[in-house]
Amino acid sequence: MSLSHDQVRRIARLARIDIVAEESRTVLERLNRVLGLIDRMRSVDTTGIEPMSHPLELVQRLRPDEVTQADRHELYQSVAPAVEQGLYLVPKVIE
Amino acid sequence: MSSLLNATLAELGAELAAKRVSSVELTRACLERIAALNAGLNAFITVDEARALADARSADERRGRGEAAALTGIPIAHKDIFCTRGMLTTCGSRMLANFVSPYDAHVIEQFDACGAVLLGKCNMDEFAMGSSSETSYYGPVRSPWDRGLVPGGSSGGSAVAVAGRMAPAATGTDTGGSIRQPAALTGVCGLKPTYGLVSRYGLVAFASSFDQAGPIAKSAADLAALMNVMAGFDARDSTSLERPKEDYARDLNPDLATLRIGLPKEYFGEGIEPGVRRAVEEAVRWFEAQGARAVPVELPNTELAVPVYYVLAPAEASSNLSRFDGVRYGHRAAQYADLADMYARTRAEGFGAEVKRRILVGTYVLSHGYYDAYYLQAQKLRRLVARDFAAAFERCDVIAGPTSPATAFAIGSKVDDPVQMYLNDIFTIPAPLAGLPALSIPCGFDGKGLPVGLQLTGPHFSEARLLGIAHRYQQASDWHLRVPSETPL
Repeated sequence: MSLSHDQVRRIARLARIDIVAEESRTVLERLNRVLGLIDRMRSVDTTGIEPMSHPLELVQRLRPDEVTQADRHELYQSVAPAVEQGLYLVPKVIE
Repeated sequence: MSSLLNATLAELGAELAAKRVSSVELTRACLERIAALNAGLNAFITVDEARALADARSADERRGRGEAAALTGIPIAHKDIFCTRGMLTTCGSRMLANFVSPYDAHVIEQFDACGAVLLGKCNMDEFAMGSSSETSYYGPVRSPWDRGLVPGGSSGGSAVAVAGRMAPAATGTDTGGSIRQPAALTGVCGLKPTYGLVSRYGLVAFASSFDQAGPIAKSAADLAALMNVMAGFDARDSTSLERPKEDYARDLNPDLATLRIGLPKEYFGEGIEPGVRRAVEEAVRWFEAQGARAVPVELPNTELAVPVYYVLAPAEASSNLSRFDGVRYGHRAAQYADLADMYARTRAEGFGAEVKRRILVGTYVLSHGYYDAYYLQAQKLRRLVARDFAAAFERCDVIAGPTSPATAFAIGSKVDDPVQMYLNDIFTIPAPLAGLPALSIPCGFDGKGLPVGLQLTGPHFSEARLLGIAHRYQQASDWHLRVPSETPL
């Protein structure tokens, strides 16, 4: 199936990616080519086949609920765009 | 020094052990070669000479104390997807162009622990999404066989570092072929290990159920030596496998007379360049001459592998790359109206066109109303692809075929057509869908003089066997030792 401009705008909003007007035609055209490729798999009959989510069919390993890492927030926040008193700064959300 | 630049890791190890050369001298030779070639090839994003030489001095001191391990003093180039403490780790993206990692990836720690030298960080397709190393924010990597051609991707910088004899060995990552395809297109060797053997800790995530780190080098024996350092359990990666350590060089001279080589008819059909087919068929004939038996096998779902991969990998990518929001690290837009606008502009500016496309595809196939038709259907078909391999390995020990249907293509020739680019990976995508190990080694040249790769795929955990089979072939051939025409020693 082919996407419309409105659908692409909706997907881009979900993905939090701004698409400027000049590029929207190219984005739509190339996305539709990719969807044309992946649509080839939709018609295959997969009745009774279990989905495979791990290539070795393993489940996630669990660990004891114990503290194993030291507090390194200063180091990790040293690469953040804006930090104050150990907090990440973002534009005001609530007036 | 030029013979050192073309030496295998075993030869370099012997030279270092006999003190005929120091790690500092070897590292300097590599740095000089990089300084001479990198402007034209663009294989490295970051080269920190001071750090490399400091590593080399430590390695020489360690050797002086009699504490040298395998690879002590050997310079290694790392794909710029592995976090390196105190060093730029860009993943080929504007999003991380300012990211100096506060910690090391497990792979980096492993090479540090054995005393290897960190030579530099290699260019790559942005966030490892590509098959040509053209989507990097730092510009395209160029092939040392012809600078107008791509080196393959996404680990194109790593492959060119080795092919151009700038580094004796390199690391890469493979999600849908990103180690094997550039290895094939540049005439070097690359191994994608079984999923879970090498820790993904500190490896910038693209598609987590596929991503696997692996080595790129000049020979299969070198790949084995690198795997001995890279593989191993790491509790910080929840998919790291708890298995006893193995020696990947333990079976380098296997008996070929009992070997059954599976030849899938799907890997030798239409769409393969004649020069590629000829070289691969000649390699298979060599194995037959050693007594190996060629067995026809079928992998009927091969054609579905590309569409299935381009549902699952973008779906996982859309989730993984949601972390790049301009809040905790990386790029943040300078101008924005509010929080939502900051996210959207940051991501619009920070990601390139191919990364955005895959995030959008992934968001779409996971969105309400489409999940069953795309994502769940693709997961079911992933099982069918895995079953095909399991059935084939009932009848053969290893599957052989071309790594890529074509040799290197011109820079710019496929960037505008994502589907043409994706179809280039038809033979490398199936193995990661099934979590299988696969390697690529050079097996000749096409009519244009460009390298052709032979791919060998085996059952889970058959790395040592694959490497042994490849090593036997390399003892009787010298394709892997050919130095690219545009970068003579």
